Amino acid sequence: MFSYIIRRVLQSVLVLLVTGLVAFAMFRFVGDPVDSMLGQERTMQDIERLRENLGLNDPFVMQYWNFLGRALQGDLGISYRQGRPVAEIIMERLPATLELAAVSGLFALVLGIGLGVFTAIRRDGFAANAIMTLSLVGVSLPTFLIGILLIYLFSVELGWLPSFGRGETVDLGWWTTGFLTKSGLIAIILPSITLGLYQMTLIMRLVRSEMLEVLRQDYIRFARARGLKERTVNFRHALKNTLVPVITVTGLQLGSIIAFAIITETVFQWPGVGLLFINAIQFVDIPVMAAYLMLISVMFVGINLIVDLLYVAIDPRLRTEGKS
Amino acid sequence: MTIRYAAFATALLATTALTTAAASAETLRWARAAEALTLDPHSQNEGPTTTLMHQIYEPLIVRNHAGEMEPALALDWAPSADNPNVWVFNLREGVTFHGGQDFTAADAVFSLNRAMSEASNFKELLSGVIEVRAVGDYTVEIETDGPNPLMPNNLTNIMMMDEGWSTENDAVDVQDYAAGEDTFSARNTNGTGPYVLTSREADVRTVLTAFDGYWGIGTFPLAASEIVFTPIQNPATRVAALLSGEVDFIQDVPVQDLDRVANADGLGLATAPQNRVIFFGLNVGADDLTLDDVEGANPLADPLVRQAMDIAINREAIQQVVMRGQSAPAGVISPPPVNGWTAELDMYPAYDVAAANALMEEAGYGDGFTIQLDCPNDRYVNDEAICQAAVAMFAQIGITVNLSALPRAQHFPLIANGETDFYLLGWGVPTYDAEYVFNFLYHTRNDGRGSWNGTGFSNPEMDEMIVSLSSNTDLVSRNQTIADLFALAEEELIYLPIHNQILNWGITDAWQTLVDADDSVKFKYFTME
Repeated sequence: MFSYIIRRVLQSVLVLLVTGLVAFAMFRFVGDPVDSMLGQERTMQDIERLRENLGLNDPFVMQYWNFLGRALQGDLGISYRQGRPVAEIIMERLPATLELAAVSGLFALVLGIGLGVFTAIRRDGFAANAIMTLSLVGVSLPTFLIGILLIYLFSVELGWLPSFGRGETVDLGWWTTGFLTKSGLIAIILPSITLGLYQMTLIMRLVRSEMLEVLRQDYIRFARARGLKERTVNFRHALKNTLVPVITVTGLQLGSIIAFAIITETVFQWPGVGLLFINAIQFVDIPVMAAYLMLISVMFVGINLIVDLLYVAIDPRLRTEGKS
Repeated sequence: MTIRYAAFATALLATTALTTAAASAETLRWARAAEALTLDPHSQNEGPTTTLMHQIYEPLIVRNHAGEMEPALALDWAPSADNPNVWVFNLREGVTFHGGQDFTAADAVFSLNRAMSEASNFKELLSGVIEVRAVGDYTVEIETDGPNPLMPNNLTNIMMMDEGWSTENDAVDVQDYAAGEDTFSARNTNGTGPYVLTSREADVRTVLTAFDGYWGIGTFPLAASEIVFTPIQNPATRVAALLSGEVDFIQDVPVQDLDRVANADGLGLATAPQNRVIFFGLNVGADDLTLDDVEGANPLADPLVRQAMDIAINREAIQQVVMRGQSAPAGVISPPPVNGWTAELDMYPAYDVAAANALMEEAGYGDGFTIQLDCPNDRYVNDEAICQAAVAMFAQIGITVNLSALPRAQHFPLIANGETDFYLLGWGVPTYDAEYVFNFLYHTRNDGRGSWNGTGFSNPEMDEMIVSLSSNTDLVSRNQTIADLFALAEEELIYLPIHNQILNWGITDAWQTLVDADDSVKFKYFTME
């Protein structure tokens, strides 16, 4: 067991290191930050001096090595674009993205399960068919288009909801939250629907097909034969047994909600890490890009590591293998 | 269900109504695509940063909407009677900083020296300066290594800081990104400008309030008592925010949305020609181009080919179709407000495919050739669409153009490194003098000059004339040199002008302003009905 964990952790660290190396190899194709950092009046000397000072003339392996060395000491560098420490900027932006991801994840889960159960039970009903057809729209329309359509309808035409930003936030010292103000709460509605719509459709279709499968099983028929209430059969017996794959998929989708947030954040000018990353790419802000990519890969690798370890906890066969 | 839904809708309506009411009539909510990069006034010489700085800080001399120089913190300025290398500036008295300190000559000397320091992005504008000195409390002298007729033109974006405040807060040096520095002046401000910085969250919201000790109260309308600035990058969202009344003023209205904004109730457009000309650059200096199909020769080095390409561009079609009328076709690499520009120079040649084909034939390229065009796709208005239109136009004279459209961060290094054969570039002239055009775009590329000349063009005679512009104080002979330079440039045709951009600001009917040719908003001029 112990050696298995050690092996998985070491593998994860290796994956992180390789991700970073690939990222640094890619940065040269994003462009040259020097041009954005110097004014229009820059001379060729200025360009060369700044390139030298920033270490951009070094081979990328060397740049990566220097980044790692500083990162291990907790120094992620200074953003080329904002001139402030990268760690500070990311900590400032992370709450916005995590709150958005949490709300849209919740939205996707609650509505997805609810509608999935409904469409499975009322399989041939008009409403269920309408929902199924509409859900195709959710899967096939690109996120930015959904966002712009929602803005057009709810902000421009109806004037109910704000089209951009996060509203007013409350600073708790280590976390800024939009959940405590009215403007913050109404500001999160459109972005979270935009971000969560795809996941909601996915969960709904998954729940529906699983439910249909389970409802055909013998024990459901026996439960009905025993004269149990329809609600008890559907929710206590059927739904519970469909949830295992749903939970697995939801867990895996959590990462992609944060990754997809880039587009939603750009459309709604949501001040999270996704918007920060887009700006960093346009400016070729290497310290921010590097820190963001490392953060995301730590997150993904971390989730996978936990899942792997959970398997061990659940499946005894893996444990004995580890011992041998 | 319906009742609950209705209640929810009413609640939402009530909250939005509340927010609209809370924003008082004198608050101006402003959005544009880009955010200021820093609050250090000498760190970044770049449009959005300079625009924000102009509300908080002030230079000695400022440009008004027409591009004319107006006194700001200097009342008047003139070359010294004793020494032609010295400019004398008499400063405005009774000016205070937001922190209460008096503005004096010592502050001006400190600020100019700070702007000349190594990490400053403004140092090239002050490159010939030997010494800046205070003579008494309200007079400053700037001595240069030779007569410099352009000194006042170069000062219009160089902001004045308080020496005492900067020293106390360890902000004497300009922030040096390369050294990984994080300085006080990049997060805090203390200017003499009409607005005080109240709060700022980069990329989210910046709030400015009117400075009650401003010297210009009574001189300027100063109708806005509070300004809330939010960058909104997505063009559709930016326009939606204006249409829904969440912002009062946006700087970058996409050309496809101009009609919507103009026709919307309570909204209008403020329009003016921008100080920016868009053109193609041709690599005339290389012996052989890298990305063409002509072996051992450079077709662009042949003046006949360049002439053929010039008349193959249908500038009016680009104006009408690509720009939806929002451009002024150009015949010279110089925006109209610049000293040296004439209407005659700006006459563009008639579009004539037959004549162009004849020229190609004469040059020996009757069968045409293939070439690559490098184009930015996120820098100028419809930049990539202009290039696409040009590809079709050049195809008519047998030139097969392969278009490579890249983001600015990848496009501009191609020009800086001389790695492009044929490219699109835009040029604004912040000094409003043609010297700026020739110095950067036509002078042979060396350490100090020609840094934007990606054409490989070099003409020693022109170089000599260009250098003379920076020290010739005799206006008549200097303007003659500029006219001669334009004549030579027209003959050489290393750049093919396309058009000058037109600026469109979207604004609610409650507010009035004139559009600044540099796209640099100055809120002190805003009036309200």
